[in-house]
Amino acid sequence: MKTAISRPEKAAMGKTGSWRVFRPELDEEKCIKCWRCWIFCPEGAIRRNDKPEIDYDFCKGCGVCAAECPVEAIIMRREEK
Amino acid sequence: MKVIDTGNHMAALAARMARPDVIAAYPITPQTTIVERLAQYVESGECESQFVRVESEHSAMAACISASATGSRTFTATSSHGLLLMHEMLHWAGLARTPVVMVNINRAIGPGWSIWSDCNDSMSQRDTGWLQYYCSSNQEVFDTVIQAYRVGEHADVLLPVMINYDGFILSHTSMAADIPSQEDVDRFLPPFQAGWKLDVDDPLTHGNIIGPEYYMETRYDMHRAQESARQLIADVEQEWEERFGRHHGGLVEEYRCEDADTVLVAMGAIGAEAHAAVDELREQGERAGLARMRVFRPFPAAEMQRLSERAELVVIDRDISVGMGGAVAAEVRAAVEGPVKSYVAGLGGRDVTIRDIVKMYRLAQQGQEGWYSVEVS
Repeated sequence: MKTAISRPEKAAMGKTGSWRVFRPELDEEKCIKCWRCWIFCPEGAIRRNDKPEIDYDFCKGCGVCAAECPVEAIIMRREEK
Repeated sequence: MKVIDTGNHMAALAARMARPDVIAAYPITPQTTIVERLAQYVESGECESQFVRVESEHSAMAACISASATGSRTFTATSSHGLLLMHEMLHWAGLARTPVVMVNINRAIGPGWSIWSDCNDSMSQRDTGWLQYYCSSNQEVFDTVIQAYRVGEHADVLLPVMINYDGFILSHTSMAADIPSQEDVDRFLPPFQAGWKLDVDDPLTHGNIIGPEYYMETRYDMHRAQESARQLIADVEQEWEERFGRHHGGLVEEYRCEDADTVLVAMGAIGAEAHAAVDELREQGERAGLARMRVFRPFPAAEMQRLSERAELVVIDRDISVGMGGAVAAEVRAAVEGPVKSYVAGLGGRDVTIRDIVKMYRLAQQGQEGWYSVEVS
């Protein structure tokens, strides 16, 4: 029997980083570790380690993290490709 | 146990005895007495199903699909415009491979508003992946609802099943029927084993996007499942006969076809009436037969071809594919090489009596076909 079922696994539908036009870049000096970027990232592409870590394999470049950052520690830069 | 009751009450009783975990339904004429009776069963404790009251037929089908997706056995019933409102969800049930069982009371589509029988409602769901039965007695309604679970839930099929019968002619007419014991039904119908299911201990998602590299195979698998349902429908009915002594014909009930040179093809209530018409024609010296199409999906192509090799087929459609003609006749013509005549009759509940069927047979012999008993002005 064949129907559309998928089990939870990373990248069940492929990596989405290639969709990105703008790339979020973190300025570690400015970051106050408030974790608003981690809370708001709609893709769960930011990991909460010692500092926020952006997973560029899956970040689509939506810019929500940069918009939510209260200290402008995340800058969106155009991808060079 | 012998009982005398309406087609709808037979359907409700069969649904109860199949022990569905979840019933979700919305009332619509002429199906309402099924939902009322099931609600009564639940209220009195005779039925342990969870009864979900919904705000529309679309929701009724969505609820049944969702419940079926957790591995539950489900039942619903509808008619006409209610069935049309479900259309999107009917496709979903098919592609999700959730074997929901549904009774549909055939009723014409408005406007002009009509509550009487014709098959345009279910015929317009032809391509949704559902198996379709058409019944012509209340006993057959009861038997088929139980059989439908066995067929739809089979591991080789896992597709939803629609059991159709004519509004008022069967739904509200009392006839005698033999009802097996609950123990016998339980022995015939084991609990549902889902092909996949939503389970918090084994998480998965269903219905997510699949690309062109996978989609076509899911469709092919559905088609193959319907193909394998052909044999299964016949086998399940044979087992039913061995246990309960009744057989309604499997895919096609053939009546006096052995030496027939002309075979009427009809479904539902017209199929029942055509029995008597064949007897009448035989008394008049005709070599007439009847092929009552009990199952329309999967389409009984081989049966039609076999009959066509010996006889001319005269198809009576109680439906119209506007711009083409009778839908059953169109499919019969696609399946056979021999001559086929096509009549469209009985739309919107217009009576089709024994006399009308005899007349259509006679007209077909004179080379005529087309719309029967239509006022042209």
